[in-house]
Amino acid sequence: MPESRKPTLPPGFGAARKRPKAPFGPRKAKLPAGNGRPAKKPGLTRKDFTSDQDVRWCPGCGDYAILATVQRLMPQLGVKREEVVFISGIGCSSRFPYYMDTYGVHSIHGRAPTIATGLKASRPELDIWIVTGDGDALSIGGNHLIHILRRNIGCQILLFNNQIYGLTKGQFSPTSELGKVTMSSPYGSASPPFNPISVALGAGGSFVARTADRDTKHLATILKRAHAHAGSAMVEIYQNCNIYNDGAFFEFTEKATKAQRTVLLEHGKPMVYDNGNRAIRLDGFRPEAVDLTSGAWSVSDAIIYDETSLELAGIASRMFLSPDMPRPFGVFYCNERETYESRLHAQLQHVTRLRGKGDLDALLGTGDTWEVA
Amino acid sequence: MSEEVAVKKQVKQISEATILFAGDSGDGMQLTGSQFTLATAFAHNDLATLPDFPAEIRAPAGTTYGVSGFQLHFGSINIRTPGDEVDLLVAMNPAALKVNLSRVRRGGAIMVNKSAFKPHNLKLAGYGSTNPLEDGKTLAGYQVFSVEISRMTEEALKGFGLDKKAVDRSKNMFALGLALWLYSRPLEPAVAWLSNKFAKRPTIRDANIHLLKKGYHFGETTEDFIVKYEVAPAVLQPGRYRAIRGAQAIAMGLVAAAAKSRLRLLYSSYPITPASDLLHELSRHKNFGIMTFQAEDEIAAIGATIGASFGGNLGVCATSGPGLALKSEGIGLAVMMELPMVIIDVQRGGPSTGLPTKTEQSDLFQSLYGRNGESPLPVIAPTTPGDCFYASYEACRLAVKYMCPVILLADGYLANGAEPWRIPRAADLADFPVTFASKTNRVVDGKPSFLPYVRDERTLARAWVKPGTKGLEHRLGGLEKENETGNVSYDPDNHQLMTNLRAEKVARVAQDIAEPCVYGDKEGDVLVVGWGSTQGAIRVAVDRARNRGLRVGSIQLRFLNPLPPGLGTALTRYKRFLVPELNMGQLVRLLRDRFLLPFTALSKVQGRPFQASEIEDAIFDLARRDHA
Repeated sequence: MPESRKPTLPPGFGAARKRPKAPFGPRKAKLPAGNGRPAKKPGLTRKDFTSDQDVRWCPGCGDYAILATVQRLMPQLGVKREEVVFISGIGCSSRFPYYMDTYGVHSIHGRAPTIATGLKASRPELDIWIVTGDGDALSIGGNHLIHILRRNIGCQILLFNNQIYGLTKGQFSPTSELGKVTMSSPYGSASPPFNPISVALGAGGSFVARTADRDTKHLATILKRAHAHAGSAMVEIYQNCNIYNDGAFFEFTEKATKAQRTVLLEHGKPMVYDNGNRAIRLDGFRPEAVDLTSGAWSVSDAIIYDETSLELAGIASRMFLSPDMPRPFGVFYCNERETYESRLHAQLQHVTRLRGKGDLDALLGTGDTWEVA
Repeated sequence: MSEEVAVKKQVKQISEATILFAGDSGDGMQLTGSQFTLATAFAHNDLATLPDFPAEIRAPAGTTYGVSGFQLHFGSINIRTPGDEVDLLVAMNPAALKVNLSRVRRGGAIMVNKSAFKPHNLKLAGYGSTNPLEDGKTLAGYQVFSVEISRMTEEALKGFGLDKKAVDRSKNMFALGLALWLYSRPLEPAVAWLSNKFAKRPTIRDANIHLLKKGYHFGETTEDFIVKYEVAPAVLQPGRYRAIRGAQAIAMGLVAAAAKSRLRLLYSSYPITPASDLLHELSRHKNFGIMTFQAEDEIAAIGATIGASFGGNLGVCATSGPGLALKSEGIGLAVMMELPMVIIDVQRGGPSTGLPTKTEQSDLFQSLYGRNGESPLPVIAPTTPGDCFYASYEACRLAVKYMCPVILLADGYLANGAEPWRIPRAADLADFPVTFASKTNRVVDGKPSFLPYVRDERTLARAWVKPGTKGLEHRLGGLEKENETGNVSYDPDNHQLMTNLRAEKVARVAQDIAEPCVYGDKEGDVLVVGWGSTQGAIRVAVDRARNRGLRVGSIQLRFLNPLPPGLGTALTRYKRFLVPELNMGQLVRLLRDRFLLPFTALSKVQGRPFQASEIEDAIFDLARRDHA
């Protein structure tokens, strides 16, 4: 059991408050062929997606980077601004829709997926983005998250994971580590954390990815891919809460350790990390980190990642809370399957073809009727 | 037996009768009752039904708690309740007799399935070792027909090759046939229904039809029955009629509202008794473009409704009491977002899981006040199964007109109960096409802008915008809104203003409500004020009290919020006020609060509707108090 730690920087991360560079260095994640959207639409710019509201997050919050990335990304997606809807629940991240000059709903705690479901089911042409947090999506709204993934409602789910309740001032969240010392757990939390990627995979998510606020390039790449995915696309975004949980992910985002502590998942490429010095191989069904410099192993021993393999996605998702294993970033799983709204409307059309367009008078007079003169 | 010569029967004309079919929950009593209902509708009688079944799907056979009943009151006169007392009880086993005997009027008839009165069943029913058919006491004063229904069923079905279980399950058809004969009902509707139902299983179909006819002919030939009854067609307003259950009526009201508003309807629901029938009904009407969504829970159901309404659709969800509790936060959001939608509560006995299959009116306060903060919304309560159609239609119309969630407060009795219904013509239903906002509505900083909370002067409704409308992008949410702009605001005066505006908007729904219609005496000793499904029992009681010389009127409230205009004036014409409710006094408190008059409560929570006699007695008690 990890020891309780105060919400301070992990050892060896002194330079944490400096604005870090993109952690994944020269290795740029590339879009697999065929997933690209039309390039930048002329006319719309980041400004078109920026509302007139003052952003009210704490200075230094990771949310700013995500907001800026999304606003910058929107014009590149080739979408009509009026067809974009941002829906959120409650929490710091859920203020997001107020800052986007699109349609938006800032709803109630945990329920954004339900509103998105009703909207997308009835208006499949809309481009729906859910913005949620670890408490919103995995605690109070856990049920809705698994069901939206199961149904495969077409939307992007941006799960800002900061492993803490920020808006309520620093209680442990469902992703906080066991033993976490917070305002509500002065002697350490007794609840082990959820693994959001595993939850999403277990619920049948058809697109499951992880990225981080501090690498806006990777973030943009992943969001672009999420948007290109027709079904539910869940993106876990490690997001730093510099007030209540500062440095929770520095191990994976800061220069000093990121190369050793992270591995990029890229479709069709070997799982190599630490600047090419280490790799992940499979020992049976168990992943193992091996040293490529020792001569015992070579790149050919590494797992060639296949994002369409649910089995590999499961294995990669379980590389979690293990000191010997780097944390995977990128697309864990991507496999299109029919969406709920597509099935729903196909059924409406099918029944209408079969029975003819409904006639109200015929419906009102269904069954045995009689005349009274 | 067909070669036997029919015994000459005496035919007695009666104006009304109440019949109760009772048996094990696996005996098919609900089916028997609804088939008898169809035949009665076919015979052009007026009718009212009360299905009464246990929450357990198949309780252990023979037990008292497994007894399922279906009560039907029909006649040539105006029928408004399922009947206070039963004229004929059909008891398929000892437990059914034990549970329902007290409901049979003295001198009434009891038809028992004699074959089921065996030691084991008698013990299960709590009769011990005495057989009530033979003890000479239990059924003294009643007219008893002991018919060996099970044995005759077995004999009649010999040669059909059915197993023992299938044979046993068919016996209700024998009972149905016999009851149809006794009241001179036609066999055709049941035959047609069986032919359709078992079209793919011809043996079962033929066996059931054979048995139905056997039961009918048994009545004709046996010497046990010397009298059969005839009930003349009721005098109803001219038009085309059908039998309708409240649940069907609500569903059709929604389909009609969608058609007349030219909106697409998304109906979202989590299965809950007794509201599930709505989901079943609406999910069949896909060719009307009705989208149904079975949500993962009650909260998801209201969430999807909000999402659909935000998208410019008619969002509707239905539930029962416990589900309404779970939806309250979502409904509050809808109040804040000022989006049109209809939330249907088919009330049942509470609190908690309570009595899932029994009726009650105890969610009035929950509907009016059961949310955090000041969150008023219109509440409409249908008064009869047929009125459920118009009430649900009206709920949709008002939701859209005033841009707010509306609660439709039905109950188990209305949803499951049936009555003859004059079928409206679609063309006679008023259109209420919706105009979505398409243009900016204010100039801000010299720029044409769309402000989501700019209101219509008369209704105070804000504009409804379909996402996808260019230039009208806006954000809605649960945080308090700044007047007009809809921006987040913590300003104290603004919160007061917005709270007032939301309340005033709901109050203005009164513009669309007619003054209350007074039944009976327009002034007098006692005014009975009821709401929702108690209308039938109250009107029967008012008629009886007036026949006994009292000056009594009644007002049945369909709108609980806002109350109809003119109600206060109507109240000034009476000396005393009686408020019967199937709760412990909710409307009565509302009325006392509003009008500061001495309203007297008549409260009952027994899982059953009022009997007219209970209200009649209360009217007399109150009137006597008046004279003392």
